[in-house]
Amino acid sequence: MQTPRIELAGVRKSFADNHVLRGVDLKVPKGGSMVVIGGSGTGKSITLKCVIGLVRPDAGVVRLDGKDVTHARGAARDAVLDRFGMLFQGGALFDSLPVWRNVAFRLLQGKRRKSAEEARAIAIDKLRRVGLGPETADSFPAELSGGMQKRVGLARAIAAEPEIIFFDEPTTGLDPIMADVINDLIREIVVEMGATAMTITHDMTSVRKIADEVAMLHEGVIQWCGPVGDLDDSGNPYVDQFIHGRATGPIAALR
Amino acid sequence: MTVALVSVLQGFLASIGRTVLGLCQVTGALSLFAGAGVSHVFRPPFFWREFTAQLLRIGYFSLPVVGMTALFTGAALALQIYAGGARFNAESVVPSIVAIGITRELGPVLGGLMVAGRVSASVAAEIGTMRVTEQIDALTTLSTNPYKYLVAPRLAAATLALPALVFIGDVIGIMGGFLVGVGRLDFNAGSYMANTIDFLEVGDVTSGLIKAAVFGFIIALMGCYHGYNSGRGAQGVGRATTNAVVSASILILASNYVMTEFFFVGA
Repeated sequence: MQTPRIELAGVRKSFADNHVLRGVDLKVPKGGSMVVIGGSGTGKSITLKCVIGLVRPDAGVVRLDGKDVTHARGAARDAVLDRFGMLFQGGALFDSLPVWRNVAFRLLQGKRRKSAEEARAIAIDKLRRVGLGPETADSFPAELSGGMQKRVGLARAIAAEPEIIFFDEPTTGLDPIMADVINDLIREIVVEMGATAMTITHDMTSVRKIADEVAMLHEGVIQWCGPVGDLDDSGNPYVDQFIHGRATGPIAALR
Repeated sequence: MTVALVSVLQGFLASIGRTVLGLCQVTGALSLFAGAGVSHVFRPPFFWREFTAQLLRIGYFSLPVVGMTALFTGAALALQIYAGGARFNAESVVPSIVAIGITRELGPVLGGLMVAGRVSASVAAEIGTMRVTEQIDALTTLSTNPYKYLVAPRLAAATLALPALVFIGDVIGIMGGFLVGVGRLDFNAGSYMANTIDFLEVGDVTSGLIKAAVFGFIIALMGCYHGYNSGRGAQGVGRATTNAVVSASILILASNYVMTEFFFVGA
């Protein structure tokens, strides 16, 4: 069996008395698109942040291509981070920089440093790839709409052509049409680049568009994991309640 | 009765303990933060673009505030010394005392406090907003150390900019005294300047500039530290901004006392 590109084994994370992750086990194959679903506050973002090293797990192991990267530091951590691109929920664009410098941020420093002209040309190409014209390049993030900011965030995530791309709630705050455009873009880009993708979302339309496999996170553990085609017949009460948006079921809803 | 008294006493001691532990925790966290920030000032890669931008923002754009503060402080100081000196028939000391007062003490302290209000607040608000909107996380995912990109350029820029600002402030402050001395107190312009130059020593100026460098470091450190550790939401950023200004101001005054003791009493 092929070594998974991303593997989480028994990952636990608590913040004081709040035990967010209670032993997450998850495998994402190379080139696969895994979507993690679950209610608000169930630890989806923390799971993603544990993989990328923004949050250090209290216990458990995170492996990339079979190699333990849970406690990678210094140059080893930089090497790990070089393999990732990430689209943040709110875009997380740098307000003080024009759009092209946001997109080319990684290309303007580090080992892969390029000249400003070259980096700008790549940024404009990536902006075009996400449907934005070159006139956007010199704008500042605050001048863009929410949908455009998401596209710029996406362009930034793919600018250095990473092997692994994370999408944190990629369609949150967008109208349904723009959400569909972003979903299509994500799918196209992931397939085109051959990247491994991990997405967290509540949006079931996104799940069906983006996912190869789906994992349901609840109460700090993966309750179900399987191909997106099996989602409707999972036989898992958590998944059933979540995908149908029912207020009653094993997932307690606050009223 | 005794049990109730013991319980109150325990509560009192516990609250003291909590405060002391909290203080130790903050001191430790601040020391580690400062250590990491300073170490990145000297370790490549260097973000020259960020450094230059901060130098302009902290230094150049603070010039009007520092200049106006120095001008009016120098002018008021001349009036006060004149009025005070008149009691001992010592009005002639105005030029030298204005110069010494401005360069040793008022220039760096008032300049530092004004810049603390302006810069600590804006740095804390900017970095705090970056924390809240996940921009700091984004920096990390883009293989960029936030200490290196955000903290180190601000620490270096403020530490270098403040002495330059205070030096200009010293000149403007002395000019403020000169204008009042000549225009209002009937001093002869030439003798006022000669008096100022004769009595002013190099040490008076350099001690003020060293103080200014320390204040610059404190201002940037407090802004960065509180912004970096900002709580969530607008309230968290607001609290970080307030804490940055208050802590920078207190540390400036406290460190000023320590340095004054070191430069002028202990030496």
